[in-house]
Amino acid sequence: MENLNNFQLLEYAAWGISAVLGLWMLFDMIRTNRAYTENMLLSSKEGEIEDVLVIDPPHQGGHL
Amino acid sequence: MSQHTAVHGEKVSLLRVLGPGHVWALGVGIVLVGEYMGWNFAVGKGGALAALIACWTAGMLYTCVAMIDSEVTSTVAAAGGQYAQAKHIVGPLMAFNVGLFLVFAYTMLEAANAITLGYLVQTVGSMAGFAETHDKPFIVLTIIFLAFLNYRGVYATLTFNLVLTAIAFAAIVVLFAAVRPWTDEVLKPHELLNGLPYGWLGVLAAMHFGMWYYLGIEGTTQAAEEVRSPARALPLGTMSGIITLLIAATMTWYVCVGLMPWEYLGQAVTPLFDAARLTGSTSLMVLLFVGTIFSTLASANGCINDASRAWFSMGRDRYLPQVFGAVHPKYRTPFRAIVFLVPVAVVFAYYAPLDQVITFSILSGLLEYTFMAFNVIMFRRMWPLGTINRGYVHPFHPVPAIVLLLLCATTYFAVFLGYGTQLVAMMVFYIIASAWFAFHRYKFVKRGAQFTMPWPRPVGH
Repeated sequence: MENLNNFQLLEYAAWGISAVLGLWMLFDMIRTNRAYTENMLLSSKEGEIEDVLVIDPPHQGGHL
Repeated sequence: MSQHTAVHGEKVSLLRVLGPGHVWALGVGIVLVGEYMGWNFAVGKGGALAALIACWTAGMLYTCVAMIDSEVTSTVAAAGGQYAQAKHIVGPLMAFNVGLFLVFAYTMLEAANAITLGYLVQTVGSMAGFAETHDKPFIVLTIIFLAFLNYRGVYATLTFNLVLTAIAFAAIVVLFAAVRPWTDEVLKPHELLNGLPYGWLGVLAAMHFGMWYYLGIEGTTQAAEEVRSPARALPLGTMSGIITLLIAATMTWYVCVGLMPWEYLGQAVTPLFDAARLTGSTSLMVLLFVGTIFSTLASANGCINDASRAWFSMGRDRYLPQVFGAVHPKYRTPFRAIVFLVPVAVVFAYYAPLDQVITFSILSGLLEYTFMAFNVIMFRRMWPLGTINRGYVHPFHPVPAIVLLLLCATTYFAVFLGYGTQLVAMMVFYIIASAWFAFHRYKFVKRGAQFTMPWPRPVGH
């Protein structure tokens, strides 16, 4: 195998990070789809601004 | 094990955590890359003065867009932005088309940004002496990394955009101050300006690229369901955004035309970076290179945010398959829409030529602005002032709408001069898509459920 230069290493790193992040999103999407009912996932309604009623307290993305 | 027990609420919605600063970052973040590259092709079309006329004329177009948008979106505060506006004010077929304009305008712009970022990294590699450098790994990484960020939450995504955009804007201001525009020691505009080499036709042709100074500011509306106070944050973020862009555009023009002859500037890839190089200052070079990279990243990031919200809203109303209307229970983002649009952006960034991708984006934007002019006239007619609460009322109605229509007509002609085939091809695409929606898809739409605003019956209905 010929020697890799630094830029080629950078290119491989870019491919590697892309693959990891892409697979993570796919994995998380599948896991979420299986963990919750479709009704729950599709329950968002346009124009609802009463967050108190719809926010799920443990899942506010760290913005309690 | 089911995670239902971990969820205490029965419903899930997008998260309302954003403030006016995030709205500003979303709008300006998408656009500012146009100052770093792209606007200067207007110089090639008609000379430096033509580019300035195009800059200010397009500035007027987008000021009308920002004012109109601020009024309508502070009232129709829903994800999907102009799509939701069209749905409530014009009708389903218009809404479907506007939704597509939005998704294509932003996804194409995202692809264009990724191509540019890949090119920049590849160029750095080549300049550093590495042989056989490739741009593709960095194109894909840009799209997937930003999609990942968007997937994980809107607050971090747009705070990231705020930092990138603020630095990119500050870089332009620093460059402007560093060339001491109050003296003629560095800038030589009186030596470099050469009138209108192609006359007024050149000015008209320059309009196509004049849009690059501002294209995307209307994207602020997509944050409507995620801002804490839509009636305040959306007008404030949008109007301060267009003011920022008018200042940045004029500064950019003044610095670049004072440093470079129009023959070079008209085809430069990174005009602001080139301007920094011409000053001879290494720190300015580094700053403007960072600004170029940051503005490109911020633009792609904002585009993913906006395209996914539009796609999500259309799915939620069943204008598209309903599965896209899902919200992630933990991250509170439209996760399926975000993931679905990743391969779309990658395919375009991988295979389509940059100028075609950008032209498709510009044309979709132009169709959207044309809709906005009609939309606001209908909005004021159906719900006159005083009948519903508005977060902001734009002045001099209907003058901004008429000015917007006239400027759109002029820009269509300008685009037709350079990209007539693409204009026709895109119109054919939207006509076919409209036929699909009208004859096939609309039967799945829950017609009553899609109108959510607590408004009185419109005048005349």
